Amino acid sequence: MKKKLLLAYGSSIFLLMASMWLAVSMGSVDVPFSAIWDQEGNPRAYSILWNIRMPRAVLAGLVGAALAIAGAAFQGLLRNPLADPYTIGVSSGASVGAISTIFFGISLPVLGPYTLAVFGIIGAFLTLLIVLVFARLVDKSMKMETLILTGVIFSSFLGSCISLLTALSHEELKAVVGWLLGSVAMRGWSYVNILVPFLVIGFFILWLNRRELNVMMYGDERAASLGVDVVRRRYAILVGGSVLTGAAVSVSGTIGFVGLVVPHITRMIWGADHRHLLPLSFLNGASLLIVCDLVSRTIVAPQELPIGVVTAFVGAPVFAYIFFKQRRK
Amino acid sequence: MCVLKVEHISGGYQQTPIIHDISFEVQKGEFLGILGPNGCGKSTLIKIISGIIKPSSGRVFIDGTPIEKLSKRQLAKKMTVLPQIQNNAFPATVRETVEIGRYPHQTGFFSSWSEEDEKAVIKAMELTDVLKYQDTNVEFLSGGERQRVFIAQALAQSSELLILDEPTNHLDIAHQKQILDMIRREVTEHGLTVVAVFHDINLASLYCDHLLLMEAGRMKAYGEPHEVIIEQQLMEVYEARISTQAHPEQPKPQMAILPDFEDEKKEKTVSLSNIQMGADYVAFIADFPLKVLSSAVHNAGLGWYRTFINRTVPPEYDIENVQTEFMQYIMNNGFSPTNTVGMMTAVDTKKAVMKEYPASFGSLIVIVTAGIGGAVDVSRAYQQTVFQPIGTINTWVIINGKLSDEAFVQGMMTATEAKSKALQTENVMDKWSNTIATGTPTDSLLVAATQHGKYMQYAGPITEVGKMIGKGVYEATVEAIRIYKREMEQ
Repeated sequence: MKKKLLLAYGSSIFLLMASMWLAVSMGSVDVPFSAIWDQEGNPRAYSILWNIRMPRAVLAGLVGAALAIAGAAFQGLLRNPLADPYTIGVSSGASVGAISTIFFGISLPVLGPYTLAVFGIIGAFLTLLIVLVFARLVDKSMKMETLILTGVIFSSFLGSCISLLTALSHEELKAVVGWLLGSVAMRGWSYVNILVPFLVIGFFILWLNRRELNVMMYGDERAASLGVDVVRRRYAILVGGSVLTGAAVSVSGTIGFVGLVVPHITRMIWGADHRHLLPLSFLNGASLLIVCDLVSRTIVAPQELPIGVVTAFVGAPVFAYIFFKQRRK
Repeated sequence: MCVLKVEHISGGYQQTPIIHDISFEVQKGEFLGILGPNGCGKSTLIKIISGIIKPSSGRVFIDGTPIEKLSKRQLAKKMTVLPQIQNNAFPATVRETVEIGRYPHQTGFFSSWSEEDEKAVIKAMELTDVLKYQDTNVEFLSGGERQRVFIAQALAQSSELLILDEPTNHLDIAHQKQILDMIRREVTEHGLTVVAVFHDINLASLYCDHLLLMEAGRMKAYGEPHEVIIEQQLMEVYEARISTQAHPEQPKPQMAILPDFEDEKKEKTVSLSNIQMGADYVAFIADFPLKVLSSAVHNAGLGWYRTFINRTVPPEYDIENVQTEFMQYIMNNGFSPTNTVGMMTAVDTKKAVMKEYPASFGSLIVIVTAGIGGAVDVSRAYQQTVFQPIGTINTWVIINGKLSDEAFVQGMMTATEAKSKALQTENVMDKWSNTIATGTPTDSLLVAATQHGKYMQYAGPITEVGKMIGKGVYEATVEAIRIYKREMEQ
């Protein structure tokens, strides 16, 4: 048991290290990795590594981690292996929240640079509530398909809201809105700094509920009879997932399927125990998005693919596979 | 000690009350079954007891404490509720699943796994016999094994009160028995208290100490199984025709469904033409099964059979292997061993006396073979020390009519009295005591009825059917004894 855990964490950390190293080493300009410790000898290379590639890889990693643990939590809470921030429409809600601040010129001095993220989180949480209430109205047992269909409906609706806001906004805003469609490029360290506190808070909230997530896999009634305050815990987990999704979307836009693929594969290999599924999804989500970002900027170099294209390329088949397998049960 | 006390509870969902004024108590080490038709409120009652739904009035006490005074975790330590099992959304091993049961016992920020937790989990897996699968994914287990895993999870919770919603739903009889035997053992040997919802009335009657029968959210009956499993009551509540009967081994009533269909239109009667004479047997072969009560060698007791045979065996016949030998004999002669009642005698069955008596209710057939070599006076039999297995009077009474259970028993009595009277008339003596004999040591009697036509509740000597039994058995036995005497003289 201990050995298995050691292997799980060891291999996940190794994967993360390896993908970091790859992401920092590879790119349009050939830069030796050793320059990372050599500001004096090779200032240009040092600058590329520290100011362009590093923040980009770190941001990709943090966004991936945030989406992956949010996905793991949504799946566990809803007992639905197809739930993730993207498929249930929460990412779109976060986008609308974040874009609204720009469109309406909302700026709250108290929040400062965190304004976008906070509104993203509010958008995510409200969408989540509406989607869940609607899905429950449609079908009390909230079957897998019902939730996903509801997600599709709300994603489409919110997507057209985004388009409308974009069309109505000024030229310079269009660029801003543009990057909300999914990218971790050219963000620099400031975005990392915005994301980190929310990632910490969101992860901590979910981690406090790791054992409750395990218990709630057996249904709300059984969980209640095991002593879980189901209603309170459910809200806590929804808030935690919204914080992670909202913050991630506000710095990188909508990136689909990360929250679906990572928990699924992590669970398949290392088991469904949330005490380990959450931290392992964190590590693996980070690795996956770092690698996807690397692929997106190298595969058709010197041009770049949107990162969402790469994640969907991996994610959609996995989605299809899980759907197929679940339906045959 | 009263573990669970439900006091005048009513309630349900929002505006619609489902449960109306239900009260009962469950003592420590008691198994209570909740019965009732679909939609009668069984599941809602369970939800109120387990605190998931608040009752609109009334209270639930666990160990004397009202449940609303207990925290969720405290309640979870005292009471385990296992709802109907749903499929897992995600894979988990048996051990992981059972470990979930320890949740209420783990406290603190890091809530580490204690030795007590480990012990409880191992014990629960041992009791339910799933320890051997502990590292297997629950998905890969059969329905019965999976159910046992969830019961193990419930046992690992280590509370003294266990509430189960249809614990053996969808399981085959072996798994039903295994799980209920195990729960019953925990109740009897370790004082576990169990409340379970049942669909299967017979299982509930067999395993529970008390039953609560619900109808439209109210208590229809409460008590020991024999106080609840009552024909009229169940028919009212379930709106289905049923009949109750004794369990073969346990003092618990069982019920049988009485189907409402006519299987065939044609008239169902029997007559002397149903008799077939074989080389060493006489057989009565009906086109349909008759209800039979008999003391035969093969398929004795109460049952439904189509064929009765009475077979001649030589005096040196080996009685040791009679069951298997007789079964083989039945099959060799082309009869169905599961559909045939078999008797035997040392008398030549070609000499059987066969009579048919028309009667107001239909008719009655009597077939008798008599050998009286070892005739005894039953009132002096206690003086005899030597068993003489020679001579047997085999009597069949076959009635075109419908008999109640008591009529079957009275029919047996009437036939026996008529037989004794025949022995008296023929002056058959008990050679040992030198008094008039009442029968032989190995007499057999069969009373069969077509269960069609007129219903007869009694068959004593002065009922229509009793009169014919008395007359028929008396006349046939006298004639058979005379034939026997004539044979002996030659």
